[in-house]
Amino acid sequence: MTNEPALNGMALTERDRSEPLLRAGNSNCGGCGMSSLLQMLRRAAADRELKLVVPACCAAVTGGIFPESAFSIPTIMSTFASAASVATGVASVAQLNGEPTRVICLAGDGGTYDIGMGTLSAAAERNEDILYICYDNEIYGNTGGQRSSATPAGAWTTSTPLGKQKTKKDILGIMAAHRIPYAASVSLAHIDDTLRKLQFALDARGFRFLHVLSPCPTGWKSEPAMGIELVRLAVRSGLFPVFEVFDGERYLINVEPEFSGEALMMYLSLQRRFRDSGVTEENLRPNIERYWNYLRLMSGRIVPARRDI
Amino acid sequence: MPVDLISANHAAALAATLAGRANRTARGFCSGVYPITPSTECMEYLCGQQIEKGKVVRADSEHNAMGICIGASASGARSFTTTCSNGLAYMVENCVAAAGYRLPIVMSVANRTMGPPWNIWTDHGDSLLMRDLGWLQLYSADNQEVFDTVLCAFKLAEDPRVMMPALTCMDGFILSHTTAQVEIPSQEQVDRFLPPTKIPHRLDKVAHTLGQIETPHQSVAHRLQHHQAMLQARQVYAEIQDSFAEIFGRRPADPLVGYRTEDAETLIVSMGTLGVTAERVVDQLREQGQAVGSVRVRMFRPMPDEELRRFFSGTKRIAVLDRDVSIGFGGVLWGEVRGFAEPATIVQNYMVGVAGGDVRPEHMLNLLAELEQRQESGAPQIVEVV
Repeated sequence: MTNEPALNGMALTERDRSEPLLRAGNSNCGGCGMSSLLQMLRRAAADRELKLVVPACCAAVTGGIFPESAFSIPTIMSTFASAASVATGVASVAQLNGEPTRVICLAGDGGTYDIGMGTLSAAAERNEDILYICYDNEIYGNTGGQRSSATPAGAWTTSTPLGKQKTKKDILGIMAAHRIPYAASVSLAHIDDTLRKLQFALDARGFRFLHVLSPCPTGWKSEPAMGIELVRLAVRSGLFPVFEVFDGERYLINVEPEFSGEALMMYLSLQRRFRDSGVTEENLRPNIERYWNYLRLMSGRIVPARRDI
Repeated sequence: MPVDLISANHAAALAATLAGRANRTARGFCSGVYPITPSTECMEYLCGQQIEKGKVVRADSEHNAMGICIGASASGARSFTTTCSNGLAYMVENCVAAAGYRLPIVMSVANRTMGPPWNIWTDHGDSLLMRDLGWLQLYSADNQEVFDTVLCAFKLAEDPRVMMPALTCMDGFILSHTTAQVEIPSQEQVDRFLPPTKIPHRLDKVAHTLGQIETPHQSVAHRLQHHQAMLQARQVYAEIQDSFAEIFGRRPADPLVGYRTEDAETLIVSMGTLGVTAERVVDQLREQGQAVGSVRVRMFRPMPDEELRRFFSGTKRIAVLDRDVSIGFGGVLWGEVRGFAEPATIVQNYMVGVAGGDVRPEHMLNLLAELEQRQESGAPQIVEVV
């Protein structure tokens, strides 16, 4: 294994270099969170046989132009709202044929929170054997950056020129309410946690859902090199809680934030999308607190345990 | 061969069940289904079957029912679903995708009027919505034909020269809910007729991407391939008729079903069960010494153009009966077939039985009387039947 500085030297392995899941020469923007995620996914998946279902989203463009493929695993590009249903068919046939294939949906927030929500909910309710990964860049990236229901309050998009008024949809709450075997949020800045969750989710059976905050320098108007740092700030400030939910009932908080006001202020100031709406640390604080009270209630962790991550 | 009394909805589902089991030695059978009147009984029947290496997923919408079929078929399984009307309209985006991936999914449609205003009765406007989307389209006129057509559709869709999805249509309620005798073959016979499904481009070990981005010249090349494969389907269907007759001992209907057309000066052209009524009318008029015949269009995509030309050759008058209205134009079938008539032929369009109107022989007799008075073709007419 060769360590390189990227992601603290954890993400790249020899296999990733010789047979990366996301091949070199792909068209992703520099600093795209989805690229980092796919590196981590390759490392977590190791020799497991994978099949990928990608609805309309940035990853559908990443896939490349016929007949080349930027993904090194068999992939089907589905219609926008259909990732989880197409994956249902793929997983069902794998199961009928006794194949160990792990079927993965790789979908953006538009295809998950918005147009694909009914499909996602139905596949979760049927507890299909699918790993659904939402890489959430909080924007419709392919179409040039419009608001989705994952866009946070205060963020500028081309369809919310004054900044979005509504708060972000609680996707993990929705998925946990389906009582699926596993749902978790993933911080790309916490690579041990990310790898552990990816490995667990790859091996678990039934419907698994991972929510990945995916920095988007193009949509967030931020420095490409700052992506992972932005995720870390979102976690430190409490804005992006890192936790997992087993069977919809056992909540486990994985990273205890310091609720740093400085981190929140830096998170906002390092992205030009928050510049014009007037959103401030003070505006966001009550919602963060409200959500953490809920998380503490659900997890039973009244007293914060670790503050060192 | 054993005969069963079943509805056309059940006939379609039974044919799909037998076809599904026939793939048990290969990648199996997987189907996504969702109910809608009058197709519901087809999916209900399928949900009640035990299919070895088979799974029927109860989807949350027509759109996702087709999504599941796409995933299953892209994994090499045989796949089938059923819907109609607004359900079909809701499904259409994924129907486009299924055709684009060139997946041999078979879908049974119990034709129903598009709403609103809500109307559950038969009208071909729903499946004709799919006219240009790269699906084979076959229309049936009785329950046996529905059963046979579903089996033939699998073989046609899965033929490597064709390799595309197929729509098998029946008139809602008129066939879907009418119980009639259907000869049911044994599983062994169906196994012989339908060899294991082979989808060469399925998701397997090779890291290729299905349905990815293309440049214009690539897409036009794929459109051309799809178009040429669709045209091939006429020849492939003829071979399938032979193979069907050899195994099952009866010959499935031709792409165009001609009835007493030999010396006909007037032809009635129609689709679905209108054709059965038309044949009754032909018999009546023949008794009165009139040279009338009927052509029932069974295969709508690909359009059997040469056979149509042959039927239309030397005909003086043609009544095209459409159970649909292309608003602002006229009947879809009329628009499709009138170009195959000779210049001197009077081709008159009657949209009749639209939105479920009950077309009886007397209605057709009236239309033909009107046609006989004509000196030239006129504007398409929407005809009310009461």
